[in-house]
Amino acid sequence: MSTILNLPDQATARVPKRNYLTNENGIMSWLLTGDHKRIAILYLISITFFFFIGGALAGLIRLELLTPQSDLMASDTYNKIFTMHGVVMIFLFLVPSVPATLGNFLIPIMIGAKDLAFPKINLLSWYLYLAGGALTLGAMISGGVDTGWTFTTPMSTHFSNTNVITTGLAIFIAGFSSIFTGLNFIVTLHRMRAPGMTWFKMPLFCWAHYAASILMVLGTPVLAITIVLVALERTVGIGVFDPTKGGDPILFQHLFWFYSHPAVYIMILPGMGVISEVISTFSRKRVFGYTAVAFSSVAIAVFGFFVWAHHMFIMGVSNYAVLVFSLLTMLVAVPSAIKIFNWAFTLYKGSITFETPMLYAFGFMGLFTIGGLTGVFLGTAGTDIHLTETYFIVAHFHFVMVGGMLMAFLSGIHFWWPKLTGRMYPEKISQLAAVVTFIGFNFTFFPQFLLGMLGMPRRYAAYPQEFQVLNVFSTAGATILGVGYLLPMIYLVWSLKYGQIAGNNPWQATGLEWQIQSPPLTENFTTIPIVTQDVYDYEWLERQKEHEVTHVG
Amino acid sequence: MGLSPVIWQFLVKWMVSFAIIPPEASRIAPQVDALLVFMTLVSLVGLTLVGLLVTAFSILYRRDRNPVPTQIEGSTLLEATWTIIPLGLFLIMFVWGSVLYFRIYTPPPNAMNIYVVGKQWMWKAEHPGGQHEINSLHIPIDKPIQLTLISQDVFHSFSIPAFRVKREAIPGRYTTVWFEATTPGTYHLFCTQYCGTAHSAMIGDIVVQTPEDYKMWLAGSTSGVSLAQNGERLFSSLSCGACHNGQPDARGPSLANVYGSKLTLTTGSPVLVDEAYLRQAILNPSAHITQGYAPIMPTYQGQISEEGLISLVEYIKNLNSNYRVQQTLNTTELLPEQPDKGAAKGAAMQGVAKP
Repeated sequence: MSTILNLPDQATARVPKRNYLTNENGIMSWLLTGDHKRIAILYLISITFFFFIGGALAGLIRLELLTPQSDLMASDTYNKIFTMHGVVMIFLFLVPSVPATLGNFLIPIMIGAKDLAFPKINLLSWYLYLAGGALTLGAMISGGVDTGWTFTTPMSTHFSNTNVITTGLAIFIAGFSSIFTGLNFIVTLHRMRAPGMTWFKMPLFCWAHYAASILMVLGTPVLAITIVLVALERTVGIGVFDPTKGGDPILFQHLFWFYSHPAVYIMILPGMGVISEVISTFSRKRVFGYTAVAFSSVAIAVFGFFVWAHHMFIMGVSNYAVLVFSLLTMLVAVPSAIKIFNWAFTLYKGSITFETPMLYAFGFMGLFTIGGLTGVFLGTAGTDIHLTETYFIVAHFHFVMVGGMLMAFLSGIHFWWPKLTGRMYPEKISQLAAVVTFIGFNFTFFPQFLLGMLGMPRRYAAYPQEFQVLNVFSTAGATILGVGYLLPMIYLVWSLKYGQIAGNNPWQATGLEWQIQSPPLTENFTTIPIVTQDVYDYEWLERQKEHEVTHVG
Repeated sequence: MGLSPVIWQFLVKWMVSFAIIPPEASRIAPQVDALLVFMTLVSLVGLTLVGLLVTAFSILYRRDRNPVPTQIEGSTLLEATWTIIPLGLFLIMFVWGSVLYFRIYTPPPNAMNIYVVGKQWMWKAEHPGGQHEINSLHIPIDKPIQLTLISQDVFHSFSIPAFRVKREAIPGRYTTVWFEATTPGTYHLFCTQYCGTAHSAMIGDIVVQTPEDYKMWLAGSTSGVSLAQNGERLFSSLSCGACHNGQPDARGPSLANVYGSKLTLTTGSPVLVDEAYLRQAILNPSAHITQGYAPIMPTYQGQISEEGLISLVEYIKNLNSNYRVQQTLNTTELLPEQPDKGAAKGAAMQGVAKP
């Protein structure tokens, strides 16, 4: 293993003078970079910006719902705000969150490559993302859009006078950034693995991204087509979705959910990849049942394409279609259950420590389990009738998306922060932030399950008096949650200058990314590594260290 | 730091009346709740299991206690266990839930039909006896009620949490749902599908009454014209009877007893005549031509409101003979002062009747 660059341990380490951050200077060296690591940083900054915009909108929603009346803002304003919250959070934060930042940064390094297969397309995808984001902001500032992020026809085609086409165009463009990212990952994982890096030596993070990439590449074009159809319907009235012209308004929902259900897995699968890495590292054990976890990602991706109509059980689709989609939904729940138990058993006989990434990962496991199990309530046709279109479904997908994905994102950001920046985040305060986030999250969203059970419909600017107490709990929780999200923003920026120096491998993790310097060189590896060790091979790591001690020390 | 007494009383009141499910006011509600309870229990067991495993392993195998990890590949037996047990449980839920689903969306044949039209932003209910309501629905207990829903603009959704039922009102298409109320009272009616500006104001009351109260309400709210009677009026004023009169030389098929029958279209495909078919055949006749007839019927798209269509459909549903249709025709024909260049419909009728 002499090909892997080994530097002295953490105690004596200094941030290496030559790395991808210092390699070139000036704003143009960033804006025209082809380096996957720099593009990942550009993405990280942009998605954080949009996350806080989406978060501010969420704050306004919760503030309005503090009282039963629609008193903070007019109901039209409320409608525009929750629409924008959905659009920004889903298309500009959740979809690119882990793949475009951590995935972009780590996938080439994890498989021993010097960059992604198409560095320029990678940069283009960031520009497309920015264009989509700018258009979204433009649509918001110039009057907003009030259709809900689901753009249901004929509301979006015939009844809304707001910026539907601009927002649609923004999503269309941002969609291509996602397609390009997915395409890049698929080609990279197929063609650029280092010698010895077989498919089953790849970290599970790569498997999860591979599955998510398939969904991005095959699903997103359907969304693009749907947006084009809506735009044509609005501008020239082609009538595909218009019943008076022989069109079918439900067709829109079939097309929309054909993308938007797999999109849920686009969002959650990369998060699952993060959790596999973190749990393995902090219990110092290989992931229990590596193959099962790897294939469960692929299974989720495959089944994920065939469950879309479970969003439409009450829409008058055929009862027999409902049977099929309900059954398939139950099947897609199984691989997620497998993952949860495999992670739990990864801890068994491990040697566990509880650094921040691990705390977030535990949070993920709890919240994602709740989110997944409540998904079964909604996939079961008979109970879906009562629960759908209420706060139950709002709570369910926030448990999966925020409780799951955002926890995973924060876990990953903390875990790889030393690799990204060469410095450690402050441990104590970030552990506190993880706990605050977990508490705040449950306070915010658990009452919403109860509200949904009681029948409170979603997207209501005003609601009957009897739902107020639970809504007050939820809003109170949201303020705690807000603190939980602001804290990392502050201390992570602080750590860029004042954080402890990380060294190559502060966690003693086995991935290839931890065997190179932090922050890495622009070319990642001085020579392409030859992989002989297994994945999550902690014994190999121990031997490496002994070897180093005898030869260097 | 003392809590304000107002907030305190508010909290106490809330905790006293705290409920996690709405009242069970329909025949199906306890059945849905039974499944909800089952799923909640399974979820709690699952969540506790995951929680216990993570907590126990975190305590037993933390670094201080267990400095050297033991590497384990996995265990096919264990993995099979946690594949098969969740799968089995999910399949039980699937079967149970599907049975309920079919129950909720398959109305019994003896159900009383009430039409509901959704529009931005109100619910209009049309009772067969001609009672009209806006944002409320009066129904008797212990009688299966079927709702036939349609929207005249965007998607809406008719939700009655106390009954555990909900159905989307879709533009251009009838959907149905049924329930049997068990407990008199007033319950929430919500529009749960986001439908624009005043979505959250598209709410109302479901008033469940004893049969006696319901009769009183029916008597006190009647408009004097039942849906079918209103339909007959429309049928006549639109001159439908000029062709659909059941006479041997009629240019359109007879509509008496057509509801519920099976027709063959000119395309050769058989259709069952139900509410949806009747509505479509009025709005878009050229796509619904009965075999043996010429495609001469004009479209009525945009000329009849959803309520008018409901009246027509209700009229045709209850049409057992063409006697009154022919009577109406004959009366028109006998009018001596009918001018030759009268309304187009008059001319057409004469053309049919005179040699």
